[in-house]
Amino acid sequence: MSSDAMAIQTAEAADRPWLETLHEWVTTVDHKRLGILYVLYALFFLVVAGIEATIIRIQLMRPHNDFVSPQVFNRMFTMHGTTMIFFVVMPVLFGFANYLVPLVIGARDMAFPRLNAFSFWLTAFGGILLYFSFVGGFGLYGAGNAPDTGWWAYAPLTSRAFSPGHSTDYWTIALLVSGFGSIGTSINIIATILCMRCPGMKLSRMPLLAWLYLTMAGLVILSISPLTAAQMMLSIDRYLGAHFFDTQAGGSAALWMHFFWIFGHPEVYVLVIPAFAFVSEIIPVFSRKPIFGYPVMVGATLCIGFVSMSVWAHHMYTIGMSSYSNSFFVFTTMVIAVPTGIKIFNWLGTMWGGKIRFETPMLFCIGFLFQFLIAGLTGIMLGAAPFNWQLSGSYFVIAHFHYVIVGGILFALFAAFYYWFPKVTGRMLNDSLGKLHFWLFLIGFHMTFDVMHIPGILGMPRRIYTYESGRGWDTLNLIITIGTFIQGIAVLVFVANLIFSYFKGPRAGNDPWDAWTLEWSINSPPPEYNFASIPTVASRRPLWDLKHPEDPDSRYD
Amino acid sequence: MSAITNPIARTTAAWSLPNRGKVGMACLIFAESAIFTIFVVAYLFYAGKSLAGPTPREVLETPIFFTICLLSSSLTIHLASRSLERGKRGAFLGLWFLTIVLGGLFMYGTAHEWHRLIYEHGLTISTNLFGTTYYSLVGLHAFHVTAGLLMLSIVLLLGLAGRVGREQSVRVDVLSMYWHFVDAVWVVVFTVVYVLGR
Repeated sequence: MSSDAMAIQTAEAADRPWLETLHEWVTTVDHKRLGILYVLYALFFLVVAGIEATIIRIQLMRPHNDFVSPQVFNRMFTMHGTTMIFFVVMPVLFGFANYLVPLVIGARDMAFPRLNAFSFWLTAFGGILLYFSFVGGFGLYGAGNAPDTGWWAYAPLTSRAFSPGHSTDYWTIALLVSGFGSIGTSINIIATILCMRCPGMKLSRMPLLAWLYLTMAGLVILSISPLTAAQMMLSIDRYLGAHFFDTQAGGSAALWMHFFWIFGHPEVYVLVIPAFAFVSEIIPVFSRKPIFGYPVMVGATLCIGFVSMSVWAHHMYTIGMSSYSNSFFVFTTMVIAVPTGIKIFNWLGTMWGGKIRFETPMLFCIGFLFQFLIAGLTGIMLGAAPFNWQLSGSYFVIAHFHYVIVGGILFALFAAFYYWFPKVTGRMLNDSLGKLHFWLFLIGFHMTFDVMHIPGILGMPRRIYTYESGRGWDTLNLIITIGTFIQGIAVLVFVANLIFSYFKGPRAGNDPWDAWTLEWSINSPPPEYNFASIPTVASRRPLWDLKHPEDPDSRYD
Repeated sequence: MSAITNPIARTTAAWSLPNRGKVGMACLIFAESAIFTIFVVAYLFYAGKSLAGPTPREVLETPIFFTICLLSSSLTIHLASRSLERGKRGAFLGLWFLTIVLGGLFMYGTAHEWHRLIYEHGLTISTNLFGTTYYSLVGLHAFHVTAGLLMLSIVLLLGLAGRVGREQSVRVDVLSMYWHFVDAVWVVVFTVVYVLGR
């Protein structure tokens, strides 16, 4: 019955003129379509920012390389960082939130569908503005095109004297506009989770995905807003001649650092908490066990969210704060390792004694577990002020946060792609290509980012466009660059898999993984209204209850 | 297939969830509070650090009357939404209009003060750190009052057209949450600018 309905739908879609289909996608307020738009938008910018990373790495492949000029190099690392954070990872996470949150809580759409579309288009417009700077950034001075101040844009580098032209303004306004979009989506996520749950879906019965996205959205609201305020101040400085960050008039460059990192550090948790969410959904299904320690997981997440608001200045040990400030931020940074450790133990506890199925999503989750652990350990090293004084601003820091973002977040994201692709498209991703993608990416990742720690310890500073030979960095940098190319090939395999499987993949059916949350109870892809009748749930695993009426979870709830 | 009904434990208890408009507005207020917090921190951080005059002590006058206007508009909007809940549409429209008038008076006060500071004392946003932080903090608040006044006016026009009835009272409540927030922010801004900052 359902496949007939689907066949009719596809037939209709095929008959429609493309302009009408395009119009439908542009004007859509459906959470699933907006989710897909977010993800496609992010994948496009992933390729763009990946190319920028490759340019950086080719330049650093050998000493005294002149692949790009120093000016272009500065633009590349600025655009790479800004794009990856604001126009790849944020949108892709919001895309997954849009698609999944209403489905896992049994709702037909987000709380505010039109706000949802508005937020997406704001984010999209922000990305376009940022890249328009390549064309429009010349301004009247003919100086500079793309932003080249680094992704954190420290004062006074952003002042008119040092950044003439419009490149910094494009950067500021792009972040301001996409920030409004992020705040809008986060308001939507919170309102959806609190107000749209299906009957019986108490807070204590929500899938962890919903809990983690609730925390993430709260963090976005409290952390993107300070960035928005700081960007407003920067704009006022640049356009109205104010003196917020103008040291000539008594302003303070350190204040910008504080404002930026009050956003910047919670942002790391904004990015990693959804990664935790994917892992918390995928590991139980592929270990055939419910998540270990659900209430503790929720508590640890909220604790991370809370403590992450008070660790920002561990990015600033080298600016010379008082010893009391240093001690405070070292302490809070160490404290945040505790709930994070609890999470890692709970994922291991979920796997322990389980009947583990090593399919592609699970492989990426296992990669995530170990790599995120290592990233956390180097994080603790850098969180200690004396160690930080030695290595701040070196490639050790770059290696550390790429370990978090690539080894942790990106691996979890790939797991989520392999896990939910069947639900979104109705087709399975090819498993052989998936495993090839996993192993290639794993090898490339470790070649690049394991090795990158060493030149950092040997004293190679970040953001240099070239270096002298004979400092022991040469071979290491070559290995790092080769690893980058292997990762690039792996991503191409992934994109090829997405395209190939979308057309040719085997039909997935409603529930290919034998999972337990509500999204797997409906057709793949889900109909526009999601649930023909709103479900009622009685436990954390409604599909388990349905499949095992003789021993439902609700008996123990 | 798509419906999940559990044979064992049916939820018979009434299922009530918070109103999404109110939750959404509460979230927006949190976000706005964070933005204001940063501006307030900047104001306090730079208080007394201007390298040149004029200083707040020399030029600022405490706007007591206009503060009373803005704060009492919180009361009138509250009474207006109560009236709407009880179905008294005439009282609602009258009190709503009064709220707009009080908000408008406050904006007049701000405009007057800025005019005086600019033309009599030569204080602009680029004069010194005081000008920078003062105009941006007070201006950010004035922007929020203006946005609020626009929204209140739209509701007034709809009300005059007879489109606002008891069934809209929850939505009107959501808007009045925003207005209360704008008033509460003024208490902070007033304390920081006119009491602590001088």
